[in-house]
Amino acid sequence: MPISTSISSPTTRHEALASGHVVPESARCVQCGICTFNCPIGIDVRRYARLGEHITNPRCLTCGECVQRCPRCVLRFDRLNIFKERGK
Amino acid sequence: MIRHVILGAGVAGITAAEAIRASDQTADITIVSEDPHGFYSRPGLAYYLSGELPEKQLYVYSKEDWQRLNVRFVQARATRLLPQEHRLELGEAGALIYDRLLLATGSTAVRLNIPGAELQGVVKLDTFDDTRHIFTLARRARSAVVVGGGIIAVELVEGLRAQGLNVHYFLRGERYWPNVLDEKESRLVEKRLAEHGINLHYHTDAAEILEKRGKVAGVRTAKGENIRCEIVAAGIGVRPRMELAQAAGLATERGILVDEYLQTSQADIFAAGDAAQVFDPLTGISSIDTLWYPARQQGRAAAQNMTGGRQPFRRNVAVNVLRLAGVMIAIIGSVGTGEEPLDVARGSSETWRRLPNTIAVGSGGGVNQVRLTIGEQTLLGAVVMGEQTLARPLQELISNQVDITPVRDQLLQPSMPLGQVLMDFWYTTSGKPS
Repeated sequence: MPISTSISSPTTRHEALASGHVVPESARCVQCGICTFNCPIGIDVRRYARLGEHITNPRCLTCGECVQRCPRCVLRFDRLNIFKERGK
Repeated sequence: MIRHVILGAGVAGITAAEAIRASDQTADITIVSEDPHGFYSRPGLAYYLSGELPEKQLYVYSKEDWQRLNVRFVQARATRLLPQEHRLELGEAGALIYDRLLLATGSTAVRLNIPGAELQGVVKLDTFDDTRHIFTLARRARSAVVVGGGIIAVELVEGLRAQGLNVHYFLRGERYWPNVLDEKESRLVEKRLAEHGINLHYHTDAAEILEKRGKVAGVRTAKGENIRCEIVAAGIGVRPRMELAQAAGLATERGILVDEYLQTSQADIFAAGDAAQVFDPLTGISSIDTLWYPARQQGRAAAQNMTGGRQPFRRNVAVNVLRLAGVMIAIIGSVGTGEEPLDVARGSSETWRRLPNTIAVGSGGGVNQVRLTIGEQTLLGAVVMGEQTLARPLQELISNQVDITPVRDQLLQPSMPLGQVLMDFWYTTSGKPS
């Protein structure tokens, strides 16, 4: 499997976005707030990262703006598994 | 009621306050900070300077967060600590009596020690006010000289460039950050800086800052060259703030010495964050980390021990992921190159430069590079530049000390694509992807 597509199984961008949500890795986060500042609908992504919680806000578009802008690679898409992962 | 006093409103101090409050809703907590801006993201100052963030975004806490934390906040400079009397003096602001004290005093930028270092126009990137000061100066400046070899120096270079200044970057040796990056990695950062219009000066030391009417007018190098500039920015390392602890007779070395419970040589005084030199019972060595996350972990552990627990701080593998000259770089575990170390630099860990008998291998070209430090049976460290897909698997393999015997020989083969071997191995060991 090519490395560029190795982390998540979905093969298209659309599939990846529709089947996932944003997950922070708090150990990398320095709380700079670039994620929150760039969220087009005003979700306080930084707060989720501080608390180590998945961004489960139902308004999240999974547009990827926060994932792309984070200068510390804190955020990534992960598959949504509401039965196991919600609220973690 | 136990009186908790926390000196310092950085991430270690605030996390400690959070943990104390979580364990006791009625606990008496006072936070003392000299910095009028309270709790903000110091690493975020670089993005404020580069124009990526507005000032107000740096404040981590909302008004509601402060209300929930429910602490007394005192803006004052601590002037004297009297351990026998459990008393912390705050100059004109009076004094506090404590039952448990946490010294989360952080670190402060080392100042240049050359003639002219006190002139208006000599700056550092340490605090909110430093950054505002740089903005003010940059409005009337055309050129800047940046001195220093680590993360902060490049952040200053990028930030000053973003302000439209002509930037000269002095490198003491023949390449950038030689004690952590290997030559290929250094060259990549240097190349990107040059592409952004930065003037790199190798083997160059600032000998004197030149003056005109009390302000910076230029820099004279050790080789006798004069470079005109209105700003001189220094990112030459940090110094743990431990004067108060030293004067109070607490045990100190390079930082405030604490045991694995974050306890200083005084039983009721604890230390955490950049100021603390923390003992690791696994290695027998006391180290300083100037990283956000270890500060957070230390603050939490200290709080647990201040509130009657007995919780050791266990150092994880030091990780920093950052963007230098537009290139993402993950530094994980032991990656040192054996070159002369800096004293202490912000955003760094002394453990990065500590290397047992290891072999370093690398692969990749251009902007995407991977370097591994390979031990007898485990991976000890990695530097991942550019594409970051490998960073997370490597962080897991290194942190969990996964036995790499099945792929060790492959990793050591010169022409082997490290990325593919590592991803396959990671899938095998972690069971991913699901």
